[in-house]
Order: sequence, then C-alpha cells, then structure tokens
Amino acid sequence: MTTISARIPASLVAAAPCAHCALPVPAGLIEAGAAQQFCCNGCRTAYAVIRSCGLDHFHDLARADPTPRAPARSTGRNYAELDDPAFRDLHIRPLPGGLLSARLTVENIHCAACVWLLERLPAALGGVTEARVDFRRARIELVWDPAAVHLSQIASFIDRLGYPVHPVRERADADHQRRQDRAALVRLGVAAALAMNTMLIAFALYGGALHGMEPRFEALFRVLSALMGVASLAWPGRVFFRSAIASLRVRALHMDVPIALALGVGLGSGLINTIRGTGDVYFETLCTLVFLLLVGRWVQSRQQRRAADAVELLFSITPSAAQRREPGGAVRTVPIEALRVGDIIEVRAGDSVPADARVIEGATQVNNALLTGESRPVNASAGDSICAGSVNLGAPIAAEVLATGEATRAGRLMRLVEESSARRAPIVTSADRLAGRFSAAVLALAAITAALWWSTSPGRAVQLAVALLIVTCPCALGLATPLAIVAAVGRAARHGILIKGGAALEAIARRGTLVLDKTGTLTTGRMTLHDFAGDPSLAPLAAAVEERCVHPVARALAQGLPPSAQAVEVNLVHSLGGGVEATANGRHLLIGSLRFVRERLTDPAEPDWFTRALDEALNAARTPVAIAEDGRLAALATVDDALRDDARASIDALRALGWSIRVLSGDHPEIVRRVAESLGVPDAQQEGGATPERKQEVIEALARSGPVVMVGDGVNDAAALGAATVGVAVHAGAEASLDAADVHLSRPGLAPLVELSRGSTRTLRVIRRNLAVSLGYNAIAVALAMAGLLNPIVAAVIMPISGLTVVLLSCRSRTFGAGPCR
Amino acid sequence: MSVIFIILPIALALGAIAVVAFILAVRRGQFDDLDTPPMRIVFDDEAHPRAGGSQRRDRPHEPQGQ
Repeated sequence: MTTISARIPASLVAAAPCAHCALPVPAGLIEAGAAQQFCCNGCRTAYAVIRSCGLDHFHDLARADPTPRAPARSTGRNYAELDDPAFRDLHIRPLPGGLLSARLTVENIHCAACVWLLERLPAALGGVTEARVDFRRARIELVWDPAAVHLSQIASFIDRLGYPVHPVRERADADHQRRQDRAALVRLGVAAALAMNTMLIAFALYGGALHGMEPRFEALFRVLSALMGVASLAWPGRVFFRSAIASLRVRALHMDVPIALALGVGLGSGLINTIRGTGDVYFETLCTLVFLLLVGRWVQSRQQRRAADAVELLFSITPSAAQRREPGGAVRTVPIEALRVGDIIEVRAGDSVPADARVIEGATQVNNALLTGESRPVNASAGDSICAGSVNLGAPIAAEVLATGEATRAGRLMRLVEESSARRAPIVTSADRLAGRFSAAVLALAAITAALWWSTSPGRAVQLAVALLIVTCPCALGLATPLAIVAAVGRAARHGILIKGGAALEAIARRGTLVLDKTGTLTTGRMTLHDFAGDPSLAPLAAAVEERCVHPVARALAQGLPPSAQAVEVNLVHSLGGGVEATANGRHLLIGSLRFVRERLTDPAEPDWFTRALDEALNAARTPVAIAEDGRLAALATVDDALRDDARASIDALRALGWSIRVLSGDHPEIVRRVAESLGVPDAQQEGGATPERKQEVIEALARSGPVVMVGDGVNDAAALGAATVGVAVHAGAEASLDAADVHLSRPGLAPLVELSRGSTRTLRVIRRNLAVSLGYNAIAVALAMAGLLNPIVAAVIMPISGLTVVLLSCRSRTFGAGPCR
Repeated sequence: MSVIFIILPIALALGAIAVVAFILAVRRGQFDDLDTPPMRIVFDDEAHPRAGGSQRRDRPHEPQGQ
C-alpha cells in the first residue's frame, strides 16, 4: 500500500514576458528563436488580430500603463444568441438611419489601453460605426449597420481580442437608480451655485457691517440672499426636511433631525429679520451647510455605487444562453429570456441548467451546491427534475422546461431573499444614536443662552439662541460619518472587499455571532484529492484518463495525481454518469464510483487494504473512487471538498477578535460535523442538512438576541444573508447571494473576512474621532454664542473649518489594509 | 452706485444660466460616467491616428434611461 499526496509541481519559471499581456511566459511554452513569446493561445490570437487591424498602438499604451494586466481570455464562442429575435426585442434599439445600438458587458477591461482598443472597433471591423466604453461598469455601447455586420460577428470579434462579452443584465431598479443619481448631482450643483452666490453677497454685507453701507443697498443684498437661501432650502435642502419628517413619524431620531432643525430655525429667523430689516441673517451659512452635507452624501453614495456596480458586473457575466431544440430537431442558442415552459433544452456537460426542467434523455449527475449547499453530486436520469442553477457534471442531457425565470426554485428563493431583507431592522448607526441626545443638548443649551441674556435684552437673547442652533448642528453629524465611511469603503474596495452599505461596517465593528456556510465558504467548494492507495504506477494513467472528463471528482484526480513524465495514450471506451472505462498505454482501466466499478469487475475479490481504506474514507465522509485494472480492484482514491488553506487561521483570528463562530450548512450533517470539528467549533454550534428556509429561520432566531453576520456563497444562503444583520458573500458565489449581501469579498479565502472585521473596527474608531472633533468645534461655537460673541461672520468661518478638519482626518485615516489591529 | 440694482440681477441671471446648462447636461447623462473620460484623453497622443479616432468628441446620442 502506497500513499501519494501530490500537487502539480510549480514549473512556472519567469523567463520572457508575453508579447500581449506582459505576464511571464511559462517555461514550457517558450519558442526558441521566435520574436514574440505568448503565455497562452488567447494572447497569441488577440495579438495577431490587433496587429492585423493596425492597432499596434495598443501595446505601446499598455506598456506605459502600470495597471496589472491579465492574459487575453477568448472563449471562441459564436454568440449566435445575440442575433436571436428574443435578444433583439430586449436589448437592441433602432436608431435613425437604419442603424442599431446595443450595450454589452465586456469582461477583462482593466486599463486605459483596453478602452483605447475597444473604442477603435469602428476602424477594425466594417459596419461598426461607434463603440464607447464605460470603464467602471465594464460596458460597451455599440452602434452598427445591420446590413453590413451582425451583432454576433461584432461580439465574436471582441471575444477574439480577449474580451468575452455578455448581454447586460441590470437589476430591476437600475433605471430608477440612474434617475436618483442624476437628481442627486443636480441638487449638488444647484446647492453649490447658491452657496457661492450667497457667500459673495455676504461678503458685501460683512463689508457694510464694518465700514457702513447705504440702507437701500443693504436691503437689496439681504432680500437677494434671503431669496437664494429659500431656494437652497426648498430645492436641494428639501431632502433633509423630508427625511427628518419621515424619521419623526417612525419615532426613530436620526441625524437629519438636528440638521433640519438648524436649517428650519435659520430660515425662519432669517426671513423674519429680512422683513423687519434688522437683526442677523445666516443665509450664507445655511447654503454652505446644505452644500457641504450634500457633498458628503453624494461622495458616499458614489462610493457605494461602485461596489454595487462591481457586483452587477459579476451578475452579468453569468451564462445567459440556453441550447433549445427546435421542432425540426436543430439546436439553437437562445437567450434565457426566450425559453418557454414545454421547450426542449439540451444541457452539455459542464454547463449550468438554465431553467427548472425534467430530464427526458440521457443520464448524468448534477451539482446542486449553489441551490442546496450539498457538495456531492446527485444522479439525474430520465424522469428526474433538475433545478435552474445546478451544473451538469456528467453526460449531455435533453430536458423539458417546467418553469422559467421567477417561477423556478432559484427564482422562488430570490423572492424569499427580498422578503427577508425587507423584514430586517435597519442598522442603527452611532451617529443616529447620537442624534437624539445631540438635539436635546442643543435645544437645552439654546434655552440656557436665551435665559442668560433675557435680562440684558430679550431681542439679543433670541438672536443668540438662534445663532447657537444654526452653528452647532452642522458637520458634526452630517459630514463626519459619511466621510469616514467613504474613505473606509474606498480602501476596502482596493483590498478586494466590496461594501454596499456603510452602516454594515458599524454593525460588523460591534461583533456578535458569525455564522459560516460550509460548501464554498469554509471549503473551496471543489473536490480535491485526499488520498491514493494501491498500485502507484496507475496514478499517472488515471490522471491522464480523468483529464478527459468534466466531472468534479474526475477533475480532482486529474489535478491531484502526479502527471506522467511521458505522454499517455488514452482510449476512452465509454464514459457514463458513474465512471469511465478506458485503456491507457494499453492497460485496461475502470475508474469511477464503487457501484460503477463493482458492476463491471470480472474478479470480485476485494483486497484487505482496499476494504480498510474504503472504511476509513466512508467514516470520514469522503468520496471514494475505485480504480480497477483488467477487471480487478487495483487502487482506491479518496476525494473531498477540502478546507480552504486559510480557514483554520482565519477562524482562530476571528475568534480572538471576539466573534462567536457557528457553522450552518445544507450539506450532509456528517460532513458538516467533521468540518466544524476540525475548526474547533463545538457540536452545539454547528448544523448540517439545513434547507434555505431553515437557514433563514436560524439566522432570524439568532438575530433576535444580537447582531448576526452571515457568510455564504450560494443561492441557498441568499435568504439567510438577507435576514442577517450583515450578509457577507464570498468569492465566486452565486449572483443571488451577491444581491442579498451587504459585503462581497472578491478575493478568495477567508482572510478578507478577518480584514473586514479589523477594518470595520478601525473605521468605527475614525468615525468616533471625527464626531469628537466636530463636537469640539461645536463646544467652541456654543461657548461663543453663550458669551454673546457669535455673529454671522464667525459662524461663516467656523463651519467650513470644522468641515475641512473632518475631511482631512478621514482621508488620512488608515482603516483597511493596515495590518493587524493595534 | 445705483447701477448695482441692475448689475446684481444680471450677474445672478448669468449664474442661473450656467446652473440650467449644468442641469441639462446631467439629465442627458453626461455625468453618468466619470471614470472613462480621464482615460480617453491619453489617446490624443496617438502615434498614428486612424479613422474614427477623433470624430467622436461629443455624445451623438444618449444612453437609455431618460
């Protein structure tokens, strides 16, 4: 008995840079004497296409750009589905002059040179009249002449350049979002113009106050600034009043309440003083305040939109075409939207199932990991139902569509997600909690000021109280928190952590229960070789045979077993759902599940070592793969869904940070128990075999007693992600979970989770520091007001300075990527 | 100094025109993408410009979502 634990030897030696992507060319691919070296066929093709179109300048631009690049990754598809009428109706718009226009999502755009190359499309491909790239959203907008070229031809041309394209799949509310973004920008612009113009007039008034001014001019200036002040509060500033009223209605104070209070008092007293013709007016301070607060909000929403866009991009690049069998028997590629109940679809091995369907031809195994969390494949043959989103692992099948889109099991789970997200209580941020106490304190201080000055002069007392109300509210709450969050979200994004809602950071910083999914989160979600027992000379042969199959167990063997030094001549006799029969270098092999191999043995004797290895594997809930030579059992390989390399260390680190760790998975209870045990999670804190509904239930129960952070990847986790205080989707998960989660880790492994926890702690610290600084300014302003020294000039100076301090502090703060927490 | 009664409103009106122009630009989607244009200016240094390189300075038509 021999045990081999092998990995692919790291034979990647950097020798020459690839002529296209500049990454090192693997030693085996270097061609002696060739002028250009390529790291892969994708790069070679892309390079040739770019040269033949006279677009060589791309490589000059790319060399000058420091952004790391990726190899060209063309798929070689023909994109026939883009010419389908169903796609045309949904995505293509006719333009005047018989031209057509469409937007596509383009993978792999990473630098300015890519933008340059793609926008030169009209010069390279006849019939294309315009190409415009939107870098952040990774989209290209194309205009073409349908008489000269088809969209599928354009798409496959772009593909050959190394940029696979996909139909744009926007979230349902994308249009609404875009309108909101534009409205926010308009408000910002109008607020800026009004703030600057009132400030201009205010300067004249200050001058007049110091050196004297004719009353009629002063009246004019005051009336004009009052008009602009009213405009600023009634249009851009309306958002604060609206949200303050909404917050009062639900009896939950948040930071817009003190802001609205200050704006309202300032506007009221300013208008009265303007009409009376005496007394201070603070319109320039109010307008600046509105402008600064809107800047904070706009920057914050822009940063969060960036994260949402990155997630939407992942959403778009999931496959969206299906193979439909037409009445004549021909198979056509159609967009998923075109599928109807009763259609016959074909699902090739390795493809994901596009709709809920019943198998009518063929037998295979499907992987339901995304839907159920089950890591082991499930058999599916004629008559069995398969769900949209599961992956066909074995042989090609034909199936009849039972449900599409929203009606599928995945679609129903998505609805569950929406419901659970809607039910969850919003996170109360520290600024919101402060808002109530702050408003009370400011009102009390204003009352004290008025009382102190009442005996001197009632008019002066009211003026000072008003001034105090105006000057205290501002940037303390409105600007300090958003800026700290923006800076943190931006830093996090550079470290592969995309955060959709800033409030999530605060919830994470407060710690609580951390619930982890198993398949795809704690484990890689891929089968890997664990052990190989038996005749070692069979290992390279088995690897060569399994190289030809797409089944995840086959992939595990192909990658895990040591490759042969010489070429292996493989003849597949046949390959079925459960295994494969083949000859390799003339030796006859059976490789597959126990049942598959046992059924075909000519000598059913089972050696002792085989039985022992098999028992051991089954006890540890690993998947055994039997290998037989000439009808006799000759070796046993075991595979399992291995823990991520950094799982143990990350879990320990998280525990040290104060998290209570739980494991919740849809996979087999025995496997879950074993994984939990190896991570030091006690039996009571883990649960296997949980359905998506059960997961949601568990999370909701936990959330009643404290903050819960759920980490998961599949559609089966989506409802739980939505129900948790904060949902975290891990690398390469399903689009549904991305949608439901507040945070998306775009780096593999669990280490980003530790960084997320540390980073959010630091962010909370920055927020508190900002709040302290702003409250310090407010204390000075209050002191000045109570001493009777506050006037419009002092107010106009204090406010921008406090804002500026907060901005600088936020930008200088190190939140994410700063190493271990002090 | 009475001229200020005329000049000031005129100045504000000019400012208002700029604001209106800004609003129209935003509504047409000119500010939707703030990341690609800064990359695009690099391309003017092109060694050998080709057809289609310089004729698209402005947005010939709008994106969806009006």
